Formats: sequence, structure tokens, C-alpha cells
Amino acid sequence: MKATLERLKGFFGASDEVIQRDDLVFLTVDKENLVSALTYLKNEAGFKHLVMMSVADWLEEGKFQFTYHVNSHELKKDIALRVFINRDNEDMYTIHTLWPTAMVYERENREMFGINFPGCPRVEENFVLEGWEEMPPNRRDFDTKEYSDKTFFPRDGRTTNDPREYMKEKLYSEEEK
Amino acid sequence: MTKKDLEKRIVTGPDGKQFEIDPIKDYFLDAKPEVHSPTSFKVVEKFLNWARSESIWILGYGTGCGAMELPPLMTPRFDAYRFGIQMRPTPRQSNLLIVSGYLGIKTLKRVIRSYEQMQNPKYVIALGSCTINGGMYWDSYNTINRLDYYMPVDLYVTGCMPRPEALLAGFDKLKELIRTGQAENANKYAEKFDWYKKNQKQIIKDWDMPDYNW
Amino acid sequence: MNFDWIKILYSLLTIFIVMNIGLVLQGIMRKLGARVGRRHGIRIYQAYIDLIKNYSIRSSVSHGVMFFLGPVFRLAGGVGMLLFLPVIYGSEHFSNFSHYGDVTLIMYFMFLGMLGMAMGAGEAGHPYSPIGISRGLAQLTASEVPLILAIISVMAQYQTFSITEIVAAQQGGIMNWTLFTNPFATAAAMLSFLGAMGRAPFSVVIAPQEIPIGPPTEFNSTYLAVLQTNRAIFPVAKVIWYMALFFGGATSWPILIIKAIIIYFWSVFVGAVFPRFRIEQSLRWFVKIPALLGVIAIILVQV
Repeated sequence: MKATLERLKGFFGASDEVIQRDDLVFLTVDKENLVSALTYLKNEAGFKHLVMMSVADWLEEGKFQFTYHVNSHELKKDIALRVFINRDNEDMYTIHTLWPTAMVYERENREMFGINFPGCPRVEENFVLEGWEEMPPNRRDFDTKEYSDKTFFPRDGRTTNDPREYMKEKLYSEEEK
Repeated sequence: MTKKDLEKRIVTGPDGKQFEIDPIKDYFLDAKPEVHSPTSFKVVEKFLNWARSESIWILGYGTGCGAMELPPLMTPRFDAYRFGIQMRPTPRQSNLLIVSGYLGIKTLKRVIRSYEQMQNPKYVIALGSCTINGGMYWDSYNTINRLDYYMPVDLYVTGCMPRPEALLAGFDKLKELIRTGQAENANKYAEKFDWYKKNQKQIIKDWDMPDYNW
Repeated sequence: MNFDWIKILYSLLTIFIVMNIGLVLQGIMRKLGARVGRRHGIRIYQAYIDLIKNYSIRSSVSHGVMFFLGPVFRLAGGVGMLLFLPVIYGSEHFSNFSHYGDVTLIMYFMFLGMLGMAMGAGEAGHPYSPIGISRGLAQLTASEVPLILAIISVMAQYQTFSITEIVAAQQGGIMNWTLFTNPFATAAAMLSFLGAMGRAPFSVVIAPQEIPIGPPTEFNSTYLAVLQTNRAIFPVAKVIWYMALFFGGATSWPILIIKAIIIYFWSVFVGAVFPRFRIEQSLRWFVKIPALLGVIAIILVQV
């Protein structure tokens, strides 16, 4: 494990090591080094299982953060590689050649965040949304409430309370006094 | 089936002849539903309504989390068979559609297809608060808020989720509605067909099926 | 030749009585299944209500002429089989056509309904219907292997093709039944009976948990009601057929009902206890021990 981390840091330029637990380490790599680092992890270091691949939207910084989470059954250790790309019109490398399951993740992320993965098979098909025309819904600048109000015939008479204030008032109003 | 399969196209037959096909017209019958009015004999209709109310066949199709409440209904604890309620795996043979919980747009499409394939008279029970006003998914981009804009609902069972007991009480209420001849929503759907279709098409952008699924 | 019009009424009466026996047996059978599963279960008369309800559905969808004829063939198979059987032996009124048909005709009628359904379900265009049909035909064919061996043995034993004569040969005491004079043939036939009735462990064809409900997937409202009517008549016709071959037939309605319940519930009890076979398992099962018993029965009769 230690040698693997050293190799990642030295050879693939991984930085920002975060040791979350004894068996889980987060590292940040460049976009260009990602596929080679994952290939190394899968083929040489024994991290053969792609646990998940996720995307987070950092709206304020103008970045998308990818997390590729891989696991080794022999070592019982996890490594997660983070990659940041620009939020506007930047493509991402596909890793379906390493793990065929990544195809589904990439299809979903294309639909939910609008990130393209050139070369990934069937990436342009519908995943969950059929015939979606708006901005990809998981981008943080997409207002789901507004969209829902506009589209889904909301029923009148619905009241919404802030849970914190509401519970304070309902349950603990006696104690406050 | 995708939208592409429904486009008009030219097909070459095995004998080399070319002919044009229009799948919507050739493969499907999309005539509008008709109103089937009850028998004019009051006594006969009353008897038939009694038979309908005592033999309710549910379409085994779960849309949301409420589908989990249906299996216990049939197992020894609640045993809905006692009341003449049975599960059916195909919409052609079932009378009751239980929309169990939240409906995504993708699911709504399938629900509409299933509902339209059921035969008149047919009933809909909407389960849980999600079908009434969206429930906890009221501001989601992908789940509908009100079911009654897309198909006529006979009965709502509220709760998040309602327990099987609530559902059994709902069945009792539905039986009462059927016996008194108030459960004629299949005809209502046929009468207000255009309005329902307009609402459905407003939500389902990717409309890749005939207007009415027989 | 003077035609006796009253015989038509008696034929209709036979069908009606048998249908009622079938519906009540169905109710008892499902109640029994529920009690085995520790449930209260349906009401005994639920089968009647389901039937009325399905006949009262207002709209129906047809997919063409063969789709319409499928249930008709099925019902014709059940009713035809019933009418060519000596339902009540020795009765002038309830023998119907039993003097004209013979064993091979009945075997044909057993298959007719399934073939009709095959064509009807094929026209429905639902992919699950042909799968169900091919499973059903495969299983029915396999289950008829031991039955035919047993029947050959019985025919060789009584030296006749006519069912009426086979029943006649078994009259005069319980020891004259084929059950006691040719036990191996009876055993083979009763094992084949399990497959013919389509209850568990051989119920994969129409099980709702498998490919949705198999052949009748697309059949709705009135078509389904006709199929349900047949589902009441056909099993009882089969029971009467086995009764005539192996259990001495019936000389009156009460005896028929008692024997029918016993034979019918043989398959129900087995079905309540055993889990379902896959289709290839049931095929293998039929050509092993039941077929072997049938061969032994033929050899014993010839020796």
C-alpha cells in the first residue's frame, strides 16, 4: 500500500493526500494522468474493483470534481482518486476500457451533469430522463423547485415549514419560556 | 422501443419489394377509447357491480416505495384474498391499478400504458401522499405532483407510507363505490380523453407510443 | 331414425353439473392451498364471482380471428372430451356420445385445446404467450408418455378400444377395478395425471410468478371468462376419464362426486406439498419412473 501511494505520488503526480481511515486514502491527480494512474492501480497494484465513480459540482470554483473509488480485495484497502476539470465545456476521458461498468456511470453523468465522455459506447442514450430538454438537472445552477412549479401542476394549499424553527415552536416552546 | 422505431420508413421485404410502413398506423390501433355505459337494467347492473366489487384483480405493478406494502397484503398476516382481492401479472386481466407512491416521468409513461391496456370498468387507487401533492418529492425535477391530472383516480389512501391496514380500509371504500355505481372512471377517462392526453404529453417530452394503447 | 331432442337437454345438463363440480372443487382446492400456507384463504364461492365478473367486463380487445378461436378451441376440447365419456355408466341420459368415441378420440381431445390455444396465443403477439405454449405442449407431451403406455396396457388387458366396455369390464365389486387388476398401469397413469392437471410441481406453464401467467397473457374479459369456464370443466372431464379407465367409472352422480373429489385431490395434495419443477426437470421426471411403470404394466399384461 505504501509503495503504491509512493508510486502514485512520484510517477503520476498525485497530491493532496487525505488519509480518511486506515484503509481509505484520497489523492488528487491531474486529468491527463488519470487513465494511466487507474491502469496502474488495476493492472499492477491489484485494485481491481471500481467501487464507484461520482461527480460533484463546485459551482463557486467553476469546477467539476470526479472521484474514482477503487478497492483491492487482497489488501482490503481503498484508494480514491480525485480529478478536477473545468465546469464549462470540458470533456472527460472515458475509462470503460478498464471497467465496462464505468459505461453506465458515464452515461448517467452525461445526463445529469452534461459532461461528455468521447469514445464511451452508448453514452448518448437516455439513462433515467427520457426526452429531457432543460439544463442537466444535477448542475447546481438548475432550480428544481422552479422547474417543478412550472411543469408539474402543483396542488394549492401546501405549506412548507423550516424544520428547525417548526420543531422549536411545536416541541420545545415550553422550555424556551 | 424508441422513438426511432415509430418513424415512417421504407422496408425491403424478403422478396425484394419495397414498401413504406408507418408503425403507429400499421402496428398499433390508436383509436380513442369509447364510453361503455352501464346496462339499462338496474337490477342486472346492481348484481354485476356486486360481482365486480367482490372480485378485484390488482395489476401487480409497483411504481414507488409503496410497492413494498403490497406483498404483506397477500401473505398470511393480512391475507387480502379473503376479500376477493387477487394479484394479476398482466394489465389485460386486471381491474385495479394501485399507483404505489411517487411517480417519475419515466414510470408515468409505463403506468399510462398499463392503465390504458386495462379493460372497462377499471379503477385506480393512489397510494401515499406523493400521488396527491408530490409528498416529500414535491420540488423534484423528475417526479409528478398530482396524479389526477394524468388519469382519473377513484380513491386516495394517504400516508407516507400507508400501512396495509389502511390499504384494506381503502379496498372496503372502493367496494362501496363500485357497489353504488360511482366507480365509472374508465368512462370519465374516455370522455375527458383530450384533456388527459394534453397533460400527459406536456410532461412526457419523449412520447414514443401511440396515443391510446389498446 | 328418430332423433331424441331431450338428449340435447341432458347433454347441457351434464355440462352444467360438471362445471359446478369443477368450480366448487376449484374453490376447495384454493382454500386448501391457502390453509397449507397458514392463510384464511379465499371464499369457497370466489370462483363463481370471478367468472361472473369476467363475463361482465364491458370492453374487450381482440387480435384477430384465431385469437377469438383460441378460447373456443379450448372450451371445445373440454366439452368434447366430456361428451364422449360415459359420465354416468349405465345411465341412458348421461352417457351422451360415449358409445361412439373410443380411447384414441379422448386422447386427441386432451390435446386439442392446447393446440387451439397455441394458435390463439400466437396471434396475440405477446412474446410470453408462445413461450408458455411451447412449455405447456412440451410438458403435456411428456406427461402423456406414461399415460399412453398405461392405456395400451389397459386396452390389451380388456381387449377393447371402447371406454364403455372398459368401464363395463370393471363393474361388480371393487376388486374388479383396474386399480387392483393392473396396479402398475394405474400407478403410471396417476403419476401422469399430476402433469395433466397442471398443478404444482408441474405448474410452471401458467404460474403467475414465472413468465406472466403463460398462454393466457393477452386474453381479457370474455375470452378469459371462456377459458375460466373451461378451467372448471376440463379438469373434471379428465378426472372422469381416469375414473372410467382405472376406478370403475361411476354409476350415479353421488358416486361420481365422491370419486372425483378423491382423484382430483390427489393432484392438489401433491401440489400443496411439492415445489415447482422447471420444465426440463419435469420432462425428465416423466420419462423416468412413470414411463418405466408403464412399460412394466404392458409386459405384465402380455405375460
